[in-house]
Amino acid sequence: MAKVWIDGETSIEVEDADGVNAVNLTVDDKQIIVSAGQTILEAVQRVNGIGNIPALCNHPAVKPYGACRICTVEVSEDGGSKFKFVAACLYPVKEGLIVRTNTEKIKKLRKGIIELMLARCPNVKRIQELAEEYGVEEPRFVLGDQDCILCGLCVRACQEIMGKSAISLVNRGIYREVAAPFYAYELTEECIGCGDCAFVCPTGAIEMGDDGRPVLPQVKIPFAEIEAMMKKEAVTPS
Amino acid sequence: MVEQVRKLLEKRVESVDELEKLRQSILGKRDTSRTCISVCGGTACRASGAEMVVDAFVDEIERRELQVQVELKETGCHGFCEKGPLVVIEPKKIFYQQVKPEDVAEIITETVLGGKAIERLLYVDPVTTEKITYEPDVPFYKKQTRTIFGANGEIDPTNIEDYIASGGYSALSKVLSQMSPDKIIDEVKKSGLRGRGGGGFPTGRKWQSCREAKADIKYVICNADEGDPGAYQDRSLLEGNPHSVLEGMIIGAYVIGSHLGYIYVRNEYPLAVKHARIAIEQAMDYGLLGENILGSGFNFTVTINKGGGAFVCGESSALMASLEGKIGEPKAKYVHMSEKGLWDSPSLLNNVKTWANVPLIINKGADWYSKIGTAGSKGTMIFSLVGNINNTGLVEVPMGITLREMIFDIGGGIPNGKKFKAVQTGGPSGGCIPEQFLDTPVDFDELTKLGSMMGSGGMIVMDEDTCMVDVAKYFVEFLKGESCGKCTPCREGINRMSEILNAITQGKGKPEDLGTLEDLAGILSAGALCALGQTAANPVMSTLKYFRDEYVAHIEQKKCPAGVCRELIQYSIDPEKCQGCLRCLRACPTGAITGEKREVHTLNQGLCIKCGACYDVCKFNAVIRQ
Repeated sequence: MAKVWIDGETSIEVEDADGVNAVNLTVDDKQIIVSAGQTILEAVQRVNGIGNIPALCNHPAVKPYGACRICTVEVSEDGGSKFKFVAACLYPVKEGLIVRTNTEKIKKLRKGIIELMLARCPNVKRIQELAEEYGVEEPRFVLGDQDCILCGLCVRACQEIMGKSAISLVNRGIYREVAAPFYAYELTEECIGCGDCAFVCPTGAIEMGDDGRPVLPQVKIPFAEIEAMMKKEAVTPS
Repeated sequence: MVEQVRKLLEKRVESVDELEKLRQSILGKRDTSRTCISVCGGTACRASGAEMVVDAFVDEIERRELQVQVELKETGCHGFCEKGPLVVIEPKKIFYQQVKPEDVAEIITETVLGGKAIERLLYVDPVTTEKITYEPDVPFYKKQTRTIFGANGEIDPTNIEDYIASGGYSALSKVLSQMSPDKIIDEVKKSGLRGRGGGGFPTGRKWQSCREAKADIKYVICNADEGDPGAYQDRSLLEGNPHSVLEGMIIGAYVIGSHLGYIYVRNEYPLAVKHARIAIEQAMDYGLLGENILGSGFNFTVTINKGGGAFVCGESSALMASLEGKIGEPKAKYVHMSEKGLWDSPSLLNNVKTWANVPLIINKGADWYSKIGTAGSKGTMIFSLVGNINNTGLVEVPMGITLREMIFDIGGGIPNGKKFKAVQTGGPSGGCIPEQFLDTPVDFDELTKLGSMMGSGGMIVMDEDTCMVDVAKYFVEFLKGESCGKCTPCREGINRMSEILNAITQGKGKPEDLGTLEDLAGILSAGALCALGQTAANPVMSTLKYFRDEYVAHIEQKKCPAGVCRELIQYSIDPEKCQGCLRCLRACPTGAITGEKREVHTLNQGLCIKCGACYDVCKFNAVIRQ
């Protein structure tokens, strides 16, 4: 017999059952039984009142990606002697896993990540709410004016759900952005105007335009500049 | 056509015994007393003109009709890149450095035919000023243990027979005829070999988990996407001895039961790509790759995939994404790549150097191998020793050698009588180690303890004129450009670090910046998705730890103690010392210096762009930089 929490307040006694594909894990000192083959985030979200894991780049309709990192939790696989930071949206549940979702260390880490996000997107409501929750006041960095946190949900929805890939993540590092693939001037006919990208966007960076196509976040590199770059490359002998 | 097929079939080695027969017949045809001119054909020597030297030798040998007496060989990188192009005359191993095409006729007359060394081309020991005739006596080579890299100078990488003659593929025949996969894993485990790509993960354990993973299809991958600034040892190994890497890969494939391997190599390494391609073709012709290798029934082929130039693709999961044709960005490795890697199949990925170690371990045994090195790190490691150092080049040393021995005994110390300041190990993910730790033994664990890491073997030596804030800024800028941009801490955090470091080096730093840098470092190491982000703060944290006073000087006194950061320095002319020689005046590109001959010159600060040209040319130390 084991005491198992079905939500934050209620627990029941369950008998061990053979042949059931379930794993026991401890989340914030409470033991829960969940089915195997899911991630920590999925498991915790299914049990009311247990754990506190925010997530921005995760959506049940698409595969987990692990980009925003605010779902980071501490886990221990050896009964609690050694803990490590992992992304809850990607880490699979395992028998005997100990998960801590809201320790001081995690709060500090999330606060730092949210500060970085707020500095990038100071005007996004969802980020402002998180900033308030985690006690970020004024970011210590030069403020940007972006709306997009580059979580990639729109791109993944377009690819995984619609099978279209009409939008894509282009460039790398700080220059990464959501744009038509290969920086095409505008969305091609691949875009069927389904609005999936705007629907999954956690920050409202993508909205549907009057022509029935999504309006992407403003692209930072002006096309004229890219054109000039490409011309230059074309004439330079390799 | 029929003739070609017949020829191919003739070359094909059908069994272990036939390989041994082939080796004996190659050796039997060779005359060891015959003079062999081996010219280093590594990329570094080619850049200094080695190809012209080779052409000159070819012409000269033809002109004098010496083809029978003299053999000419273009080998892989010998390692002593500072003094290239290098020529070694076998069998006596007479060592010539910085050879020019004009020297070739004299080398043939004097050394090859006359048996005398040419004084002018010999290496001069900078310490004893003694001329050194033979290659093994050169101090740069003397202290090295060249178990992996030694063959580079002896074999022609485009000729498989050279490799076979030197005992090549004997580990493969031993494995196929005498060893079970489990026994090989035991041997690799016992040897203590750890991954040479940077992580230092025990190779045997990786192999075992990949062998145990159940799947119909498994892959073997060689990571040759070397991208650390200042590191080129993987390139030189793949260029100079591609068959040793292939042999390691075939053994790995046999262990895990894989039939397809990839070499992921940078497109910027054209010679390595070419030599690897030739090696694969020749190994196919000889039946050492392909179907039924050495008659064992085991099939394995290797293809080459050229990387598009992203540093992050050296990270295993990003590399595999790139191989799959996707954007080269890492994914979480909560399930190891050895269980679920390329196309979700178990994949055995190792660095070039790791693969090249495998035949050695099989041939000489784990007991022999594990005698080299320290308790936690076995074998030798190839480092590229670059920066402010006399003997720039590739060195192979046993693990556990001290930094001091490497830098001062092998590297020949710091040029121009400058003082040593720090050594940066492990590439952009590593850290800067100051003078007080020079006696630290070099191994995986000791370097990590100092806040740096072994990495892939980059070693950048810095002298007293280096500004450590500027160094940290350089590496952070590099990583900012190379971060894939997937996860928030790496994309945003590195960018913010770079903003702060730029402000500090421009004299706009604030006292609280150091705390912010430390906070960002914490976010990166705990929150970033892959090793690139997790270790990205190392250059900042290690310089902050050992050279905090320099940061403080930049922020509080607005001074750059090393005189590097342009916004914080000022050039002026000392009227006491100035002789009015006009040298600085002529060197100044902006006309900021005025004055007449034999009169004290003056420097107009408004026009000065702080290029330092005047400082460099002044013979009287009259230009002051502060």
